[in-house]
Amino acid sequence: MGELRAYAALGAAQIRSATVYRASFLVEVFGNMGATVFDVLTVLVLFRATPAIGGFSLREAVLIVGLSSAGFALADFAVGNVDRLKNYVRAGTLDAVLVRPLPALPQLLLMDLPIRKTLRVVFAIVVLGVAVAANDIHWTPLRLFLIVLTPLAGAVFFGAIFVLSASLAFWWVDSGEIGAAFTYGGRDFTSYPISVYGSGFRNLFAYALGFGFIAYQPALALLGRADPLGLPVWAGFLSPLVALGAAAIAAGVWRAGIRHYRSTGS
Amino acid sequence: MDQRDASVPTISRIGPFRASIGTFGALIGSGFRRYATYRQATIAGTFTNIVFGFLRCYVLLAVAEQAAGQRPAGYDAGQLALYVWVGQGLLSVIGIWGWTELADRIRTGDIAADLLRPIAPVTAYLAADLGRALHGMMTRFGPPLLAGALFFPLHTPQRWQTVPLFALSVLLAVIICFGCRYVVNSTAYWLQDARGPITLWTLGSGVLGGLYFPLRLLPQEFLVVLWLATPLPSLLQAPLDVIAERDGPAMQAGLVLVQAVWAVAILALAGLLQRRAEARLVVQGG
Repeated sequence: MGELRAYAALGAAQIRSATVYRASFLVEVFGNMGATVFDVLTVLVLFRATPAIGGFSLREAVLIVGLSSAGFALADFAVGNVDRLKNYVRAGTLDAVLVRPLPALPQLLLMDLPIRKTLRVVFAIVVLGVAVAANDIHWTPLRLFLIVLTPLAGAVFFGAIFVLSASLAFWWVDSGEIGAAFTYGGRDFTSYPISVYGSGFRNLFAYALGFGFIAYQPALALLGRADPLGLPVWAGFLSPLVALGAAAIAAGVWRAGIRHYRSTGS
Repeated sequence: MDQRDASVPTISRIGPFRASIGTFGALIGSGFRRYATYRQATIAGTFTNIVFGFLRCYVLLAVAEQAAGQRPAGYDAGQLALYVWVGQGLLSVIGIWGWTELADRIRTGDIAADLLRPIAPVTAYLAADLGRALHGMMTRFGPPLLAGALFFPLHTPQRWQTVPLFALSVLLAVIICFGCRYVVNSTAYWLQDARGPITLWTLGSGVLGGLYFPLRLLPQEFLVVLWLATPLPSLLQAPLDVIAERDGPAMQAGLVLVQAVWAVAILALAGLLQRRAEARLVVQGG
């Protein structure tokens, strides 16, 4: 109970600080949504030049981008702020977090409450809704289950990727933008049919790292399309397993990182 | 010591013109050394540029494969690949993202120290930024281009003037980008907290600068207005179209000319904002 009250106090302080500069806050809210708007817009613009990308029509591609952005926006809202860890490690701010009698990760997330990211989540879910309406999906109970499950599994998966890439800072303070290759890079990767990528690059990102199961395979299962790359239909239902696997690895790496942390000497 | 009083704005004993050139050069050097310190971050950033290069290149080549005549927006596959990889190399040379130094200094009041210096803030920050860009050009430009050349067939420039024009175009893009960031950061003089304008800038410059997709995919009328009325296409799209030889020689030179006009305009605007701000500035902190 005391713990919850502490979290609530941290969160409320953040809300108050966000309301001090109201104009800037409003612009940030819309700016954050804009990032997702432009991701979707990019897909629309590319389809101005071509009727199909990687063998997929615009409607099908929007379903893929909708599943990907819904998962990513939820993850970014919940744990995206963890990418500031490298600043906290460099500055030694993490010391203050570790001496408090609360777990480190929730505290870090509440040190910068992402209220400004709420509209982005709403927009991503709207895109997913439009994509579902635009495609002629033959609904079965299993597919209804899948359309709810996929964004949630995507959120857990991207959340794990956020934590993993941030944890890198425990061992390598100057890791800089390297995490972005997997968080934002992963989002870009999952926004397109994976048939567009070269085989080596695809095998690494889609199958070895698991990004292929977050939006592309579930979209195929929803549309009832056979995978041009040859995976069976049930591959569309693997996203929760992939997500839980990634979350377990992320949790292990995070704990190891916290134990490994040496404060800055200054 | 030199027999001059403290108000003389030089750090050199030669004439005033050569002295200010010397000061400018020294500031460029210090900007260069500042970024040369973070070697590991340079490696990490290069890795990320290369991953994004693969992502964008595969997608655009897939677009080309099924587009009418296999030339979306007038680029062939080799030109698109060059567009993507040079774009990834230029990203940190131009430096669209992440510069909030001026806004932070205004908010904390540290800007007072800059105003005491005998050199105008716009000039001093421009010199430091040119040093940063020079460091970016020497470390961050080559590796993505090399990775692209290893894995994709890149277009080779055919005209003799393309490479010198590209060099000029990059220099102008660096200046325009600096000017834009300075103007965006300057809003902190009026707003205290410039996070909002900086967010808008980060968003607009990426998508309307030509990073996400070649702007030539947009409707013609919209594109002309965008190119002439805003500096954004001059940031990335212009140098990329110059090196990819998207247009004929006259248009190629014309793109650089538009950049030159924008470079002058945006620096003038930055200077104007700085003077207006100094007239009303209340230094924060204390």
